Amino acid sequence: MEPDAPATGAIGVETIGMTKRFGAFTALDDVSMKIEPGGFHALLGENGAGKSTLVKCVMGFYAPTSGSVLVDGREAEITNPKGAQARGLGMVYQHFTLVPSLTGAENLVISRADAPAILHWSSERAALADFMGRMPFKLNLDRPVAELAAGEKQKLEIVKQLYLKARFLILDEPTSVLTPAEAEEVLGLLRAMTDRGDLSVLMISHKFREVETFARSLSVLRRGKLVGGGAVGVLSRDDMAAMMIGERTTRTIAARLGEPDPEREILRVEKVTATDVSGLRHIAIDDLRVRAREIVGIAGVSGNGQKELADVLGGQIRATGGRVVVAGTPYTGKRVESRSRRVRFIPEEPLRNACAPRMSVAENLAFRAFDRRGDDPQKPPTLWLDKGAMSRRAKDLIARFKVKTASSEAPIATLSGGNVQRAVLARELTDPVDLLIVVNPCFGLDFAAVSEIRNRIVAARNGGAAVLLISEDLDEILELSDRIVVMSEGRLVYETLAAEAEVGAIGQHMAGHH
Amino acid sequence: MVADAAPSVMPVQAARPSTGLQVRAWLARRSEAVAIPVAAAVAGFLLFGVFLLALGKSPLQLVDLVYRAGFGSSFALGNSLQRAAPLLFTALCVALPARLGLVVIGGEGAIVLGGLAAAAFAQPLAAFPAVIAIPLMALAAAFAGAVWIGSVGWLQAYRGVNATISSLLLSYIAIAIANHLIEGPLRDPTSLNKPSTLPIGDAFMLPPMPVIGVHWGLGCGVIACILAYILMDRTTLGFAARIAGGNVRAAQIQGLPVGRLIVGFTALGGVFAALAGFFEVAAVQGTANGTLVAGYGYTGILVAFLARQNPIAIIPVAILLGGIEASSGLIQRRMQLPDATVLVLEGLLFLIVLMSETLYGRFKIFSPHLWQAKAETMPAPAASAAA
Repeated sequence: MEPDAPATGAIGVETIGMTKRFGAFTALDDVSMKIEPGGFHALLGENGAGKSTLVKCVMGFYAPTSGSVLVDGREAEITNPKGAQARGLGMVYQHFTLVPSLTGAENLVISRADAPAILHWSSERAALADFMGRMPFKLNLDRPVAELAAGEKQKLEIVKQLYLKARFLILDEPTSVLTPAEAEEVLGLLRAMTDRGDLSVLMISHKFREVETFARSLSVLRRGKLVGGGAVGVLSRDDMAAMMIGERTTRTIAARLGEPDPEREILRVEKVTATDVSGLRHIAIDDLRVRAREIVGIAGVSGNGQKELADVLGGQIRATGGRVVVAGTPYTGKRVESRSRRVRFIPEEPLRNACAPRMSVAENLAFRAFDRRGDDPQKPPTLWLDKGAMSRRAKDLIARFKVKTASSEAPIATLSGGNVQRAVLARELTDPVDLLIVVNPCFGLDFAAVSEIRNRIVAARNGGAAVLLISEDLDEILELSDRIVVMSEGRLVYETLAAEAEVGAIGQHMAGHH
Repeated sequence: MVADAAPSVMPVQAARPSTGLQVRAWLARRSEAVAIPVAAAVAGFLLFGVFLLALGKSPLQLVDLVYRAGFGSSFALGNSLQRAAPLLFTALCVALPARLGLVVIGGEGAIVLGGLAAAAFAQPLAAFPAVIAIPLMALAAAFAGAVWIGSVGWLQAYRGVNATISSLLLSYIAIAIANHLIEGPLRDPTSLNKPSTLPIGDAFMLPPMPVIGVHWGLGCGVIACILAYILMDRTTLGFAARIAGGNVRAAQIQGLPVGRLIVGFTALGGVFAALAGFFEVAAVQGTANGTLVAGYGYTGILVAFLARQNPIAIIPVAILLGGIEASSGLIQRRMQLPDATVLVLEGLLFLIVLMSETLYGRFKIFSPHLWQAKAETMPAPAASAAA
């Protein structure tokens, strides 16, 4: 690293008519946005609003379908991340990209495109010391990255981009892995750099407080479109939430018939605590109840503990405390329990989580009932596999649930996403259900499949089932639920009856304001 | 090479009379599972032919020798079948865990421990009649194998230790333990040049099977393969194992006891491999010694992969490989090729079979959609195109 690089100082970036289509799906629709040199711009939006797609187009990960990027006022053809780096653009990802076994100094030096084959560590060290002297971030570069705390790693990621001469920095939810104090420090230092005119920042965030404290301007994306923006301070939180969430048009689906049964509480989650596999995310659910003929929707921004809650309920991770009670007795997700208490679990991404992709449609349809003897959960499971019955049942279910497949013998991986989900619903919803737990049931499905699948869920509820719907799609929650609970940072923070729900309040709680 | 060889095999399925779309689609799908391994084996032999040509030897002479030494006479066939017997068992030790998604390659260790357990238990049982003692020896062997390979499953299911690596390492440990015992506490003082345990005694030696004249390991191995097929294909336990092997998350969500399934099926695999050792001791050697470490465990891996982990297909593949191994002596003498030549052939076969695993679903000709689509647009030509 030369001490006096020729190009220094913040640069501005502008997107013009940026559009990105994936097949028939438009992820990004004609987005024009300008970030001034030395600006600190926040990009807000729900999951799937197109924030990541936009920055990936800017960084050259995706080729936009149409539209262009101006860097420093000149049109720049960026076809890959290296090209972006050469123009002074850098990006810090949500997940760390450092080599854990190497020290900070080693990570920095090897990240350089022009690092020589043989390193002269004494001169590199001198250059690094000089570089760090000009950085506001204070870091010990001699410790292996694996020993650093999350905040220090994040700082090192940022320092790495600055070391690579980034003058425009994109941060993708930079504080999701940081404690509030660490987040404060890192963003404060970056804001100071933009104030001095050394750097421009574009930050993807869900958190209004962060945006209000550190950003100077903001844009809001919704369903791929730029729906608003402006200077921070002019827009109120309610404005931002309204822009993010938009006008809700509820599609017509089967009406919920009958009222939740206050006498029959099917699911109770009591003081459950759990930690995910990585040990980073913790959840603490004090009290969650679902009654018969009731859909309780758990809303929340992705990564706030919904997955961990679902894993506990599905028996994939063990709770570290508390208990899950189904129909009055503790429940751990064993096959005998789910059978006798008629519990069904439909995880997200059904092909990945609920099916064996290379087994046939008929076999996948048999997962729940293949060992059932005479439909009686009290009897011990049968030993002999009745292939004839399996095949007959598959043909019946394929016809009844309109699963489009070449044959019942085709591997289920050959089906489209909507048809995989239909097959899973066919498997799980054919017999009487007392408790149904569904996670993001319509993610990635087309419009027709979505209506049909939501109708099935409502039909299960009308039939008397208690339904726990965990979804990152707020529309879905609003459309289906009797009661809405917001989950944020591993806790249930807000609860409202769907009939009285205020979208603005839900949005604020989702964004971490309680 | 594999891709070239495949079309030559395919017309077999298409030439069959088709009675309907479903039948044709079913045949297309099923024939893929036969055509690709057969094509891979053919490609492996062709490549080995190139290897022989490079050495200035005639591939045709080798084929002739393999046929004569392996299958050409009743004596040769008996010799091949005797070598196939342990392969049936050790291939099952690979095929059963494979259905759960585990690659267990440590069958060799279970053979050695099984043989040693059988030999060691023969002494205290000497006073009993053979009808009681021999089953107890087999039971001791089975127990040793179940513990050994079952612990591989346990380590994988409950401690996340890779089954391939732990089974290989445990196999080395098993061989070391066996060597220690055979050369130490269990050594027959009269076995001078070749350390062995005390002989189990003629009374406990298994007689050959009637008619075929090969020891009972072969018959029991064939029965074991058939039972394993029934277990995997016709019982709910086997189905549950296949779900867990197909997607462990889906199995967990269905509440299936994934950990217990893994331990159970690996332990059963261990039982089979150990029975190979039992038969080597009780039907061939009469004592446990270094000859138990003959590589049957490793050849069994090749057999299982060539058979695509299908227990029924293991039977012909094991006999073929048994024949090839039986002919290695003659190849050595007649063609002046080193003993390791057969290992080169086996290695080539294994590599190509592993490579062929990536070809499934690549050939349109096997796709049921193709046959259905053809039949929809043009009712008749599907059959004529195949002829």
